[in-house]
Amino acid sequence: MKYFSLIWAGLWRKRTRTVFTMLSIIVAFLLFGLLQGFNQGFNTLVSNQDVDRLYISAKSNMTDGLPIAHLNRIRSVPGVRAVSHWTYFGGFYQNAKDPLPAFATDAEQLFAVYKEMKIKPEYVQAMQKTRNGVLISESIAKARKWKVGDRIPVGTSIWTKKDGGSTWDFDIVGTFDASAYGAGFPGFYLNYSYFDEASAFGHGVIHYYLASIEDPHQATQISKQIDALFENSGSETLTQTESALAQMQLKQLGDINFIANAIVGAVMFTLLFLTANTMMQSVRERTSELAVLKTLGFSDGKVLGLVLSEALLLCSFAAVVGLAVSTTVFASPPMKALFGNFPMPNVVLAMGAGMALLLSLVSGLPPAWRARQLNIVDALAGR
Amino acid sequence: MTAIVSLRNVKKSYLRGKQKVEVLHGVDLDIESGEFLALMGPSGSGKTTVLNLIAGLDQPTSGEVAVRDQRIDKLSRGALANWRARNIGFIFQFYNLLPVLTAEANVEVPLLLTDLSRAQRKERVKTALQLVGLGDRVKHKPNELSGGQQQRVAIARAIVADPTLLVCDEPTGDLDRQSAEEIMNLLQALNRTQGKTIVMVTHDPKAAEYASRELHLDKGQLTAEAVRSVA
Repeated sequence: MKYFSLIWAGLWRKRTRTVFTMLSIIVAFLLFGLLQGFNQGFNTLVSNQDVDRLYISAKSNMTDGLPIAHLNRIRSVPGVRAVSHWTYFGGFYQNAKDPLPAFATDAEQLFAVYKEMKIKPEYVQAMQKTRNGVLISESIAKARKWKVGDRIPVGTSIWTKKDGGSTWDFDIVGTFDASAYGAGFPGFYLNYSYFDEASAFGHGVIHYYLASIEDPHQATQISKQIDALFENSGSETLTQTESALAQMQLKQLGDINFIANAIVGAVMFTLLFLTANTMMQSVRERTSELAVLKTLGFSDGKVLGLVLSEALLLCSFAAVVGLAVSTTVFASPPMKALFGNFPMPNVVLAMGAGMALLLSLVSGLPPAWRARQLNIVDALAGR
Repeated sequence: MTAIVSLRNVKKSYLRGKQKVEVLHGVDLDIESGEFLALMGPSGSGKTTVLNLIAGLDQPTSGEVAVRDQRIDKLSRGALANWRARNIGFIFQFYNLLPVLTAEANVEVPLLLTDLSRAQRKERVKTALQLVGLGDRVKHKPNELSGGQQQRVAIARAIVADPTLLVCDEPTGDLDRQSAEEIMNLLQALNRTQGKTIVMVTHDPKAAEYASRELHLDKGQLTAEAVRSVA
């Protein structure tokens, strides 16, 4: 600790250069924190998907749809607790540039399948009593300033009504809290029975069945049983756990893990050279000063330690600032809306600390070694 | 008086590229405790090499270098560094203060290698700076001080750990006449009142007049000696 003033002074010998290097490291670690935070966030979202929920879609293509007639047969499979379904309605509010992802469903069963969604029982009852009723998430109600009792005209480019119109009027009959599933979870549900009656085509078809099962350990077996029910029929099914489906959908977006790691790797690699160059330049400029320290009795090891400590101080201080800023960004409302109440994972902070340590060692060691090897007589003579 | 430093048949050669350059050709020298020795000679005569050997900054090619009966030519690099911290105070021509540190922080540097507490270090630094007449410049950085003042700070740094020997390499070489005289008076006072043994390399005959003994080197050999009576 008594050498701190010496290390600190050495670090700030060229103030501007140190500030710029520090800013580079801060930005790199900010990027690291955000990207790895995103990555971990997605992974956590995927792993939060229950294995006790099954997604059943058409085997040929997820968008082909399945007959509503499958519903009772799926319900009859032993171990299945509740079954609901989703049909993608599309939807926009007032103009096509304001999308409103909506699904037609059986609301009562849907809330039995998604146990973590919170809704008042009277809203579910109101939904059953109101043919053109909709249930919306609290976040949508808040964002659009809608309330129970409002009538909402929703346009769709997919489903025209029997009367030829493509704008559907819905009455909001209740709200629910879906925050447990993050912001990506659908938050607008209409009655499938009304939708099926009123639409001009596509009768008796749904896009997915959603089934919750009693024992997650039986997921594979039950999935096989369900698919076996419809094998060789005109509408074969593909049954997957929710997490398997989420992983598959994420893979369609691209390998986020790979992208995040590739970007962070490239940034850190560049940073390594930048920091090493700064440290090397700093040591080169201080050759005579380091020789003076050795003259005064600082051993080779102590001089190596001083230079290495400078690199460690520079990298760790900047990394802490970068990670702190990324943690703050992660806790901001837009990020909360995306991932739900999901703090910056500790594993990312630990990885950041490890990266900072590695960066300071790799970038600090060559100049520190050079300082260690310095010959006093030659250095003082300017050779 | 006993010899505090003794050099016996010391030879030193360097490699300049592929060429071997003989700098010292068997130098024998004794320096008594409390002596103020001036080493003079033309450029390339080997006087700085002798100084470096005495200060443990360099090792002889052959021969013996002993300080207080300890063979420093036998010490490893690490042991030599520890030995320098305890025994040598170095004063350079260009002061060689650390530019980012204040005067007091510069003077404190050698004490960082001791077991002294922070308070003890501060006390010693204060005393050393007062001794060189810079008690009111403790918070100034080197670029805020004149050449003479910077050399005083360097002297304070050299004496703060109470070394056996003060080694000075052209201490007035970068100073005007008045500052040079002040520095030489200060060194002479340290020699006479504090009993510091001083070995000084200089080109300047006026600076050499402050020493109690004057040795001349030429082509790596001692050629002449003059001893002055202490006033």
